[in-house]
Amino acid sequence: MSALLSVTDAHVAYGKVEAVRSVSLEVGQNQIVTIVGANGAGKTTLLSAIMGILPLKGRVVFAGQDLSRLDIEDRVAMGLGLVPEHRELFVTMNVEDNLELGAFRIERSKAKASMERVYGLFPRLKERRKQLAGTLSGGEQQMLAMGRALMGEPKLLMLDEPSLGLAPIIVADIFRIVTELRASGVSVLLVEQNAQAALKIADQAYVMELGEFVLSGKASDVAANERVAASYLGFQHEGASVL
Amino acid sequence: MNTTIMLFLLQDGITNGAIYALLGLALVLVFAVTRVILIPQGEFVTYGALTYASLAAGQMPGTAKLALALGIGAFAFDLFAARKALHGRLILRSIVANIVLPAIVLALTVYFAAQKPPVAVCIALSLVIVAMIGLFLYRIAFQPLAHTSVLVLLIASVGVHLALQGLGLLFFGAEGQRGPAVLSGSFTAGALRFTGQSITVYGITIAFIVGLWLFFGLTLYGKALRATAVNRLGARLAGIRTTLSGQIAFLLASVIGALSGIMIVPITTLYYDSGFLIGLKGFVAAIIGGLVSYPLTAVAALFVGIVEAFSSFYASNYKEVIVFMLLIPVLLLRSLAAPAVEEEKD
Repeated sequence: MSALLSVTDAHVAYGKVEAVRSVSLEVGQNQIVTIVGANGAGKTTLLSAIMGILPLKGRVVFAGQDLSRLDIEDRVAMGLGLVPEHRELFVTMNVEDNLELGAFRIERSKAKASMERVYGLFPRLKERRKQLAGTLSGGEQQMLAMGRALMGEPKLLMLDEPSLGLAPIIVADIFRIVTELRASGVSVLLVEQNAQAALKIADQAYVMELGEFVLSGKASDVAANERVAASYLGFQHEGASVL
Repeated sequence: MNTTIMLFLLQDGITNGAIYALLGLALVLVFAVTRVILIPQGEFVTYGALTYASLAAGQMPGTAKLALALGIGAFAFDLFAARKALHGRLILRSIVANIVLPAIVLALTVYFAAQKPPVAVCIALSLVIVAMIGLFLYRIAFQPLAHTSVLVLLIASVGVHLALQGLGLLFFGAEGQRGPAVLSGSFTAGALRFTGQSITVYGITIAFIVGLWLFFGLTLYGKALRATAVNRLGARLAGIRTTLSGQIAFLLASVIGALSGIMIVPITTLYYDSGFLIGLKGFVAAIIGGLVSYPLTAVAALFVGIVEAFSSFYASNYKEVIVFMLLIPVLLLRSLAAPAVEEEKD
C-alpha cells in the first residue's frame, strides 16, 4: 500500500536561512505519525510548507498527487487539513459559524452530518455553539480548531502542538480524540513538544533537531532510544549521551 | 433660522448621509476583506451615474467598452497566472466570464442606447457595466498585489483612481449631466416636501443595509467574507479562497457605488470628477468608524451628511473644509485611545 503522504528531500528556507534541510517522511493510511523535537527544530515550518503556506523545495505527494502546483485551498479540497499552532479561529464569529465554514468546500448535505460528528467528538462545542470563538477557553479553542479542520473531511489531519498551554486533563482528552480519529479512518501527522504523550499514541515517529531528522522508526523503538529518552522524555539512562 | 429651514436642512443632510453611509459601508467591507483602501469608490459613483444619465439621454456610454477592454486584460492575467497548469475548462470559463459576458453587455448597450430605453433598463445596464469594471479592476490591479502591504495597495488604489478619472473625462466630457428621477412625483408632510427621488434614496439605502446584514449573518458566502476579514490564514485553511472573497467585496463595492451614483444624479448635476469628493465623504465616515465598525460608519455618515447640509447653509464656501475637518478631532481621539496600529503580519 502506498503512503498517503510522502515528502521527499524537502528544504524550507526563510530567505537565506534554511529552517528545514533535506527531510523525508511518510504517513500511511490509518496511521498516527509524530514529529518530536525541541523548540525551534523546524517542526512548525515543515507542517506549514506541506500545507503550502511556505514555499517548499522538494517533492510532496499526497493521495497520489504531486502538490507542488496546488495552493492551500486546493490542498484543503483534496483532504489535507492543518490545525495550526495559533489555531487561527474566526474569533468574532460563533462556534457553529466557525464549524460551518470549515465545511466550505464540502457539499451542503454532507456538512450537516459532519457537524453532528464533530459535536459527538467534542460535546463541549455543542454546549457552546452560539458563543463567540474568541470567548472560549484555550482548550475549547483547540477543540474548535480541530473541529473546524475535521469539518472539511480530511484524509490526513496535521496537528501543530495541540497540547500547547493546555491543562493536563484537556491534553489527555485531545490525545484520546486523536486515537479515535485514527480508528475512524483519518490519518494524523502530529507535531509535539510533549514527546512522551505523542510517542505513546503514535505508530511512527521522527525526531527533528536543527531542521533535520536525526532518528526515525516505530514510535515504540524511538521512545526506547536512549538519546531520545534523555533529551525529550526526561529519563536519564546510564551512559546516555545528553545533547 | 427657523424650524422649517432646520427641518429642511436635516432632511437634506439625511438624504446625502444615507448615500455616504452606503459608500462608507462598502469602503469598510473592502478594507476588511482585502486591505485595500478603495479610493476609486468615487469613480464607481461617477461611472454609475453618468452611464445611467447617458443611456437615458440616448447616448452610448464609453464605460461599456471599458468593461470589455478590462475583461480582455483580466483574461490575459488569468492565462498568465495559470500558465503552468492550463487546461481547456479553465480557459473556457475565463473567456466566458471575462470576454463573452462584457461583449454581450456591450451589444445590449449599443442596442438600447439608440432608442432611449426605459429607466429600469438604464439602471440595470449601468449596474452591470460598473459591476464588471469593479470585478475586472480587482483581477488586474489588486489581486496580483494581494500579498503586499497596505501601503502598496493604497498606492495602486490611487493609481486606479487617477486612471479611471481620466477615462471618465474621455467618456463623458467635461460637462455635467443629470439623469431622470427613478421615481417621479412628490408629497408634502407638514412643512417638508418629499420627492419620489428622496424616498427612493431612503428605501434603497435601508433595503441595502438590511440585505447586507442578512447576507453576512445568514449565507455561507457572507460568512466566508467575514471569515476572510477576521483571519485570512484561517479562512484559507478552511478552503475559502482569498480571491473569491476579494471578488465578492469588489462586486458589492462597485454595485453600491453605481447605485449611489444613480440615486444622486437626478438630484445634483454630476461631472466626471464629482465622484471623488462624494467618495471621500463616505471615507470620512468609514474613518470615524475606524475602518472596522459598520454601525458606527452608518451613524457617522448620517452625521457627515447633516454637518454638510448645515455648513452649506451657513458657510457654503467652507462646506468641504468643515466636513473634512471633522476628521482631525476623530483621528486625535483615536490616536490617544489606541496605540498605533501595527501592519498586519501574514
